[in-house]
Amino acid sequence: MIAYLLRRLLYAIPILVGVNLLTFALFFMVNTPDDMARMQLGVKRVTPEAIEDWKRERGYDRPLFVNASAEGVDRVTDTVFFDKSVRLFVFDFGFSDDGRDIGREIRERMGPSLAIALPVFVLGLLAYVCAALLLVFFRQTALDLAGVVLCVVLMSVSAMFYIIGGQYLVSKAWRLAPISGFAEGGAMVPFLLLPVVIGVVAGLGSSTRWYRTIFLDEMGREYVRTARAKGLSELRVLFGHVLRNAMIPILTGVVVVIPSLFLGSLLFESFFGIPGLGSYTIDAINAQDFAVVRAMVFLGSVLYIVGLVLTDLSYAWVDPRVKFA
Amino acid sequence: MLRLAFGVLAASLVLAGCSGPWNDPYPGDPPQLRAHTLYSAFNARPKHLDPARAYTSDAYVFVGQVYQPPLQYHYLKRPFELVPYAAEEVPRPRYLDRDGRELPPGAPAAAVAFSEYDVRIRPGQRYQPHPALAVDASGRPLHHALGPAELARIHTLQDFATTGTREVVAADFVHQIKRLAHPRLQSPILGKMANYIVGLGALAESLREEAKSLPRDAFIDLEARSVEGVQVVDRYTFRVRLKGKYPQFVYWLAMPFFAPMPPEADRFYAQPRLAEKNISLDWYPLGSGPYMLAEHDPNRRMVLERNPHYSGQSYPSEGAPGDREAGLLADAGRPLPLTPRIVFSLEKEQIPYWNKFLQGWFDSSGISSDAFDQAVQMNESGDVGISDEMATRGIRLQTSVATSVFYTGFNWNDPVVGSGGKADPAARERARKLRHAISLAIDQEEFISIFRNGRAIPAQGPIAPGIIGFRDGEQGLNRYMYDWVDGAPRRKPLAEARRLLAEAGYPDGRDAKTGQPLVLYLDTTAGGPGARSRIEWQVRQLQKIDVQLVPRLTDWNRFQDKLRQGNVQLFFLGWNADYPDPENFLFLLYGPEAKAGRDGNNSANYANPEYDRLFEQMKGMDDGPARQQVIDRMVEIARHDAPWVWGLHPVDYTLRHGWLLNSKPNSMAQNELKYHRVDGAARAAAQAAWNEPVTWPIGVAALGLVALVVPAWAGYRRRERRLGRVDAPAGTRPGEHR
Repeated sequence: MIAYLLRRLLYAIPILVGVNLLTFALFFMVNTPDDMARMQLGVKRVTPEAIEDWKRERGYDRPLFVNASAEGVDRVTDTVFFDKSVRLFVFDFGFSDDGRDIGREIRERMGPSLAIALPVFVLGLLAYVCAALLLVFFRQTALDLAGVVLCVVLMSVSAMFYIIGGQYLVSKAWRLAPISGFAEGGAMVPFLLLPVVIGVVAGLGSSTRWYRTIFLDEMGREYVRTARAKGLSELRVLFGHVLRNAMIPILTGVVVVIPSLFLGSLLFESFFGIPGLGSYTIDAINAQDFAVVRAMVFLGSVLYIVGLVLTDLSYAWVDPRVKFA
Repeated sequence: MLRLAFGVLAASLVLAGCSGPWNDPYPGDPPQLRAHTLYSAFNARPKHLDPARAYTSDAYVFVGQVYQPPLQYHYLKRPFELVPYAAEEVPRPRYLDRDGRELPPGAPAAAVAFSEYDVRIRPGQRYQPHPALAVDASGRPLHHALGPAELARIHTLQDFATTGTREVVAADFVHQIKRLAHPRLQSPILGKMANYIVGLGALAESLREEAKSLPRDAFIDLEARSVEGVQVVDRYTFRVRLKGKYPQFVYWLAMPFFAPMPPEADRFYAQPRLAEKNISLDWYPLGSGPYMLAEHDPNRRMVLERNPHYSGQSYPSEGAPGDREAGLLADAGRPLPLTPRIVFSLEKEQIPYWNKFLQGWFDSSGISSDAFDQAVQMNESGDVGISDEMATRGIRLQTSVATSVFYTGFNWNDPVVGSGGKADPAARERARKLRHAISLAIDQEEFISIFRNGRAIPAQGPIAPGIIGFRDGEQGLNRYMYDWVDGAPRRKPLAEARRLLAEAGYPDGRDAKTGQPLVLYLDTTAGGPGARSRIEWQVRQLQKIDVQLVPRLTDWNRFQDKLRQGNVQLFFLGWNADYPDPENFLFLLYGPEAKAGRDGNNSANYANPEYDRLFEQMKGMDDGPARQQVIDRMVEIARHDAPWVWGLHPVDYTLRHGWLLNSKPNSMAQNELKYHRVDGAARAAAQAAWNEPVTWPIGVAALGLVALVVPAWAGYRRRERRLGRVDAPAGTRPGEHR
């Protein structure tokens, strides 16, 4: 197990270097350090001296990849890429281009992101699995057909519609919850009700259909027939056997997203005024703040890799036949 | 199950009956605090709160309330008038010749070598409470040498146990002017001010050189530096010496760039590791204005609270005609600020913002295009008014013409539309006629009607309404584009555009010599909803005279690059005034300000020797008929040469609830919130009435859940029984014997 984990960690290093290189190349393909300086300094009355000062202050006055004027190893290390990349690997994100500590910002925004993403994830998973099992129980009946049609309808509607419609009905017409905003501690609950309900409903169609397919696949297996032959109730068959044996495909889709919950949701955070990491990332992209974009892409990659490793570990947890070599 | 559903329904009804609105977005604010709080919104975190750096409207919302520069604009009077703020009076310049001899007040600009402004500030002004100003009994700063233990427990500015204050003195204003030259602050007005303030450029240069040899976070002590042209005269007076004559300098004194900054602030914030905690002057302002930033969470909300040491300012007792009748002088003489607390909530999206305003959670709002029809209606005579729905809620509409201009520029150096590179006068004249033809074809009135819901007025020249030098009515008519008919401007017919086009050498939109169609290129950064329609509309406008327009959509950076390189033909741009002087608009067409090659603000690269000469004359003149005459001539030259398609001046529409008092749009003032007052009782009553929860949907949802679960459960039981697998009495299961 430990050898496996170490190997995966070692694999992660070239992946992260590659992601970082790609982010860097893509960003600077469309933005020059001068563009970034102008974006930060504004459009009125910006002098070339101010741009040079801004670049020097943040280390963007050097060559991007190769410093032809330097000697030896400095040709590579005295560059923007090296300077901005190396510290990432010890999770030192440095300062944003407008001078604020990125690590601190991430720590502060992770909580609000989780406050909305975690309930949506947990409640959603419960709701989707239960709804899928219900449809499986009533398979090949009118209820199953109606459920599948409803799922298709639900998954055909854009998330934006759910948000705007939900805000209109629940907050504007019925005035049952604040339309947007956020508060600390227990006071955040009223602000989370609407986005969480909408988040769960928005995923209901596609996820229920997906889980239904998985469960139907399992229903044809011999162990199900055996369980029924033993006289077990259908509930026990479904929850005790089918659900358990369907865990591998479920975990494949679920565990990998758990670490990414920290990164938040762009759309929900923006519409509901949740001060999370989703809105932080999009704000940084709009402001061409490379330091933040790079940090968030790196963090996203790390969390994705962690999610994949956790998924592998969860296989062994739910299926004793899985061994790590 | 049914019992449970009814229980939920009953509980929700009980809750509805005994608590406040469920959709209350301010659960932490008790009623007594709300009564004296103004609720507003912001849609983007401000980039900078350091007064040497802040230069955007989203920053000025906060910086304008926290800092107190020497001057301010009169809140009510129009046209805009400068009045003292931190200063005792608006300073008058003293003009000196090259030998230092004083010249008379009206001396011509050519004779003036230096202008001196003595700014005397009001004694007794004090800074907000701040840890940077905390001192011990012997007067030594308490928090300027933080140790590791103290740093470890500090995460925000509120974590400092003690704060202090002190009197504002003239040296603090001088310190702030020196900060404009700090290489790490990159103040946007350094370039401009270095051209005028004697010695500021030299200080900036020496600091820049010094910074190159220092570590990035090394402290640069400005107290050890001086600026030749900025001196402390006495404890309450400082003097600024300018090169030449620059009457517009007083307008800059009304901007936060010139607000006082205690040197202690720089020493405090320069301490190691504070920046890592986002504790910087750019994050936590230190001002002497009416408010201080009490809560700073730009990801969620910002709260301004009254600076407890603020005094000496009261609500104006004079205003513009009609202000008294409008109730705007009811609070005359009352000490400012009238509202002790202002809460700004982050609202990035228009829909929640608008709905919160309608529910009474925000005191005022702009009007998005989507909400325009709901908020505004036109009467039979075409006048704009508030809709019945808004009127029944007591909402009022305020409109004001922005001190801005939006235009489509012609690149003066372009071989087709420009006149810059043409030696032949006939060729220059043909290009001029082409520009006039294009300007006529683009129907600004139609654009305003379709894309701005009528919220703009067509521009007749470069100067926006409300600015000195602007001419209204027939006097201000651009006769190249309009006729004055029945007391109103009427755009000249399209036949005139076609005639001009033919005279320009392009009859029916084709080159008379080659027969090739005339193809023009428009660079635009248009984005967002409706951008495509706007571009297509522009293409159709030129199709009316058979000219092909090819839009080139480009991002902002590339667009700026193209402008700097002069690599554009037509482009769309706008300008918001810094101050209400015509110089701030007319310089956009001043030759030496050309964008291409000089990186100035004249993006069209327009150059006309007569215009340039008049500009140099005008900018140094005092306001009066002589100056107006020069301005009129400059505007006439610009209209004749037509380096821009004269676009529009936006009209800002603002809605405010009836409980928000003393609200009057003032596009120049950045500190207007101190004048606003809220009627807390009226607001609370309206909020309670408008936000009563509708609880039946909860019951319906609960019943719906029951209606789903009960039949499913019954079906399950039935099916299990049929299969003989569920809850059969013991001994009755298949294969089981009694």
